[in-house]
Amino acid sequence: MRTALLAAALLATACAPRPASLRIAAAADLRFALDDVVQTYTRAHPEVRVEPVYGSSGLFYAQLQNRAPFDLFLSADVEYPHKLAQQGLILPGSEFNYAVGRIVLWTRRSSGIDVEQLGIDALRQPAVHHIAIANPQHAPYGRAADAALHSLGVYDAVKDKIVMGENISQAFQLAESGAADVGIVALSLAMASGVANQGRYWEVPASAYPRLEQGGAIPKWSRDADAARRFRAFLLAPEGRAILKRYGFSGE
Amino acid sequence: MEWQAIWLSLRLSFWTTVILLAIGLPAAYWLTYSLHKWKFLVEALIALPLVLPPTVLGFYILVAIGPRSPAGKLYATLTGGMLPFSFQGLLVASVLYSLPFAVQPFAAGFAAVDRRLIEASWCLGVSRAATFFRVIVPLSAPAIVTGMILAFAHTLGEFGVVLMVGGNLPGITRTVSIAIFDDVQALNYQAALNTSLLLLGISFCVLAATYGLRRRVWAVWPMN
Repeated sequence: MRTALLAAALLATACAPRPASLRIAAAADLRFALDDVVQTYTRAHPEVRVEPVYGSSGLFYAQLQNRAPFDLFLSADVEYPHKLAQQGLILPGSEFNYAVGRIVLWTRRSSGIDVEQLGIDALRQPAVHHIAIANPQHAPYGRAADAALHSLGVYDAVKDKIVMGENISQAFQLAESGAADVGIVALSLAMASGVANQGRYWEVPASAYPRLEQGGAIPKWSRDADAARRFRAFLLAPEGRAILKRYGFSGE
Repeated sequence: MEWQAIWLSLRLSFWTTVILLAIGLPAAYWLTYSLHKWKFLVEALIALPLVLPPTVLGFYILVAIGPRSPAGKLYATLTGGMLPFSFQGLLVASVLYSLPFAVQPFAAGFAAVDRRLIEASWCLGVSRAATFFRVIVPLSAPAIVTGMILAFAHTLGEFGVVLMVGGNLPGITRTVSIAIFDDVQALNYQAALNTSLLLLGISFCVLAATYGLRRRVWAVWPMN
């Protein structure tokens, strides 16, 4: 009897209604850019509460396969949304591309490593003990970094120095804190206002890695598909694109 | 400061402790008094979360309660909802994760109760259930409180399991430790520091309260 009462009370607290919100599973490279977009968006639409959750696209892909309760998915590639579409897990026709990402070699100013001058050869410097990248297994930016290291011919020389973050913003945090001397990270993180003057970076030539086309989709179980569509429209409209551009994303 | 996450963690720890009290006491009773020859296997099973990496445990739980598993399907038919990425799912995971932290102190407390007192109670015609609540529980109260506090504190600090099962949803599964992890990745070091400090404070107060409480219990009811 007592257990039954407890269970009832437990369900009551757990199922208490919450105000509706738009929950976005967002690739970690969007961490600062999307915060900016959300701020601008909610200023125009104060009735909507937008809650971005950041992580690696691969992690979100796995979670969405298990019907994680997100209302919109912004991946760092087009593959993951596309695979979800093939499995019939997104609203038909809700796939879209919203940006093209870039990667950079980033280091703290205080590290004394002149990445702007040295380019990829900065990684060969003896002062570089650790190079932070995102885990290529489930982070598209990690795959881009891995591809760039190979195509620029430094992979074998530096492979023992590589340390991995779970997602690209953790890789950036490793470099930002100085724990790793250099990070191969998203340009969008390097351009965030909070850290822009703390570091210097060299942009990896776009020809060195496959194009980082970033896409998204609306899961079938989105609680408010119209709200998700409206946010998507804002992101793709000139105003949204302008914000993304400030963080180094190029458009179509 | 991550008040939402702190409140969520406190709620999660509270309900985990309540559930562990309900299932931990009978489990500990059986572990203490059963003469079953395969008992040691159950003991090993219950102690598993002590040695298993939380990610392994979290992964198994995610697979076991996911929408494609039998348990997940059953839950979906019964409630229409699903367990992963929900508070209830975290609760299931936390109960399993903190099980040994409650059951082991409970069992140790029961084992320390003088067997003759229990048998005397039985001989006086008191039922087993009544003996349990009127003799065993009062005599092992400090151990029960210890188990509850350990379960509460252990749940408050869990990370790997929540990361696997929860999905970092604000207000639903973003517990304190996940919020701190998130703040660090967002380079919000000040917020991470503040929340960590508060968690440190809460943990210390909880432990201090336990030890303080146990002292008073001993002083008011001398055991010998």
